[in-house]
Amino acid sequence: MTPGLIFALAGVGLFVLGLGGVILLAQSLRRILAFNLMGSGVFLVLVGLAQRDGNPDPVPQAMVLTGIVVAVAATALALALARQFGDREDA
Amino acid sequence: MPDPFLDPLPWLILLPLAWGALAFVAGPGRGGGLALVGLTGQLGLALVLAVQVVESGARSHAVGGWGAPLGIDLLADGLAVAMLLLTQVVALPQAVYARAYFAQGAGQFWPLAGFLLAALNALFLSADLFNIYVTLELVSLAAVGLVALGGKPGQVAAALRYLLVSLTTSGAYLMGVALIYGVYGTVSLATLAPLVTHQPPLAVWLAVGLMGLGLLAKTALFPFHFWLPPAHGGAAAPVSALLSALVVKASFYLLLRLALGPFVSLAAEAALLLGMLGAVAILWGSWQALRTVHIKMLVAWSTVAQLGYLFLAFPLLAADGLALQAGVMQALAHGLAKAAMFAAAGVLMLATGRDTLAGLAGAAGRVPLTLFAFALAGITLMGLPPSGGFLAKWLLIDAALHQGQVGWVVVVIGGGLLAAGYVFRVLRQAFLHGPPEAPIQPVHPVSRSMEWATFLLAAASVLLGLRGVELVALLERGMP
Repeated sequence: MTPGLIFALAGVGLFVLGLGGVILLAQSLRRILAFNLMGSGVFLVLVGLAQRDGNPDPVPQAMVLTGIVVAVAATALALALARQFGDREDA
Repeated sequence: MPDPFLDPLPWLILLPLAWGALAFVAGPGRGGGLALVGLTGQLGLALVLAVQVVESGARSHAVGGWGAPLGIDLLADGLAVAMLLLTQVVALPQAVYARAYFAQGAGQFWPLAGFLLAALNALFLSADLFNIYVTLELVSLAAVGLVALGGKPGQVAAALRYLLVSLTTSGAYLMGVALIYGVYGTVSLATLAPLVTHQPPLAVWLAVGLMGLGLLAKTALFPFHFWLPPAHGGAAAPVSALLSALVVKASFYLLLRLALGPFVSLAAEAALLLGMLGAVAILWGSWQALRTVHIKMLVAWSTVAQLGYLFLAFPLLAADGLALQAGVMQALAHGLAKAAMFAAAGVLMLATGRDTLAGLAGAAGRVPLTLFAFALAGITLMGLPPSGGFLAKWLLIDAALHQGQVGWVVVVIGGGLLAAGYVFRVLRQAFLHGPPEAPIQPVHPVSRSMEWATFLLAAASVLLGLRGVELVALLERGMP
């Protein structure tokens, strides 16, 4: 078992955990965190699977960087909405 | 194309991005005039592109001069151009409508609308799986912002739920992309096509399953439709129109593109299931539309039903080009008709000050043009000639009969009758005489430009049926 494959399998595990969290949890904040876990899992799979003959492949690394930017933007929007929603509930 | 600077492809993405950003700089509520100028330009660009593609076939553009695999390629074939035309044709009258609708203050509507259109145009022009992921996320983020625009508790809750569904489904899609890259070492649709065989490794099956499920949930196919009615029914009328007409069509377009392109042999395995889910969506969505008491929820449930028709095309795709034409025609006709219907619902709610069907009594006398537009859009949804909806359903029935699959014919005709049922619920109530019920919200004067923009969209959805030949000529460009 190569290190790349270990990374990829760990990524699949994180993805499944995160997916379960998004579907099963009730609180918005927990669901947003679970979504981030899902994203991290996908990034691990991308980087892990792309190590061909021990040489890292730059293309998926660029993809992961783009993916992180998207995930940060999405998380910020989700947090802003969750906060607005929470404020209304408290009021 | 000798001069890449004059190529319409990148400008279709840059132009809405530019007016969206300028509208943001100008401040809340401003930028509507700019948007109209930009959208007129976009419509012109889309028409130029359509002529180019019909004359000389599918074209691609290497962004910034860096082609794939290092850079990003944009690809415009017949299918992409048809969707681009739909997007600009819906967006321009909607902008006229929105300027009058948001007379009290548009908030951040114009920047978000600009970003949404830029993301949609980029999505239709994408030629690789990863670029599709990025544009899908951009579409979702802009759409969620638009749903939350009013800031009412119901809207924020619907937006948050919509966002979490979008993020989860995009995550599933991206996992599929990661697995595909791991197996084949490429994400380009064109390069993948010859690599994917009939007996691919297990990881590819898993990847196609994840990507397919993610896109199906984004298209709100039954049983993934639960997020759509609150998000589309609760948003402001111009937002609902953009979401129902365009945003759900984006993920359908991707499903169609992937099922016809690289994963054609694998998609055939799931085609029957997709068709059956589509049939259930038609029945369930129509049934809910017949039961609901709110005007906009009726229109939103009708979207769930009409999206079902798109998936009836999948089991018939393999044999000939008829089903593809039917699917695209249905996407275009429903896009125009649903934009008109949500716009009409917005006018009716402003004019009566109520959001329920019961409050519509007597509306026929106050906003007759809008009601006429609602009825015209209804003709398309029911599938009566000569509307675009009629042509789509006719092509579907033709394809089903050619292949001896008579069951789909029953679903298509039954769905049309159910659509007639919920359209006439609205019309019947609006023509009732009797004292108008007391308005709950303040009654606003409705400007003529809103009524005419609504009418224009509805008329376009009916007249589309007369332009089927041009659509077929366009679709034959660059599709397998």
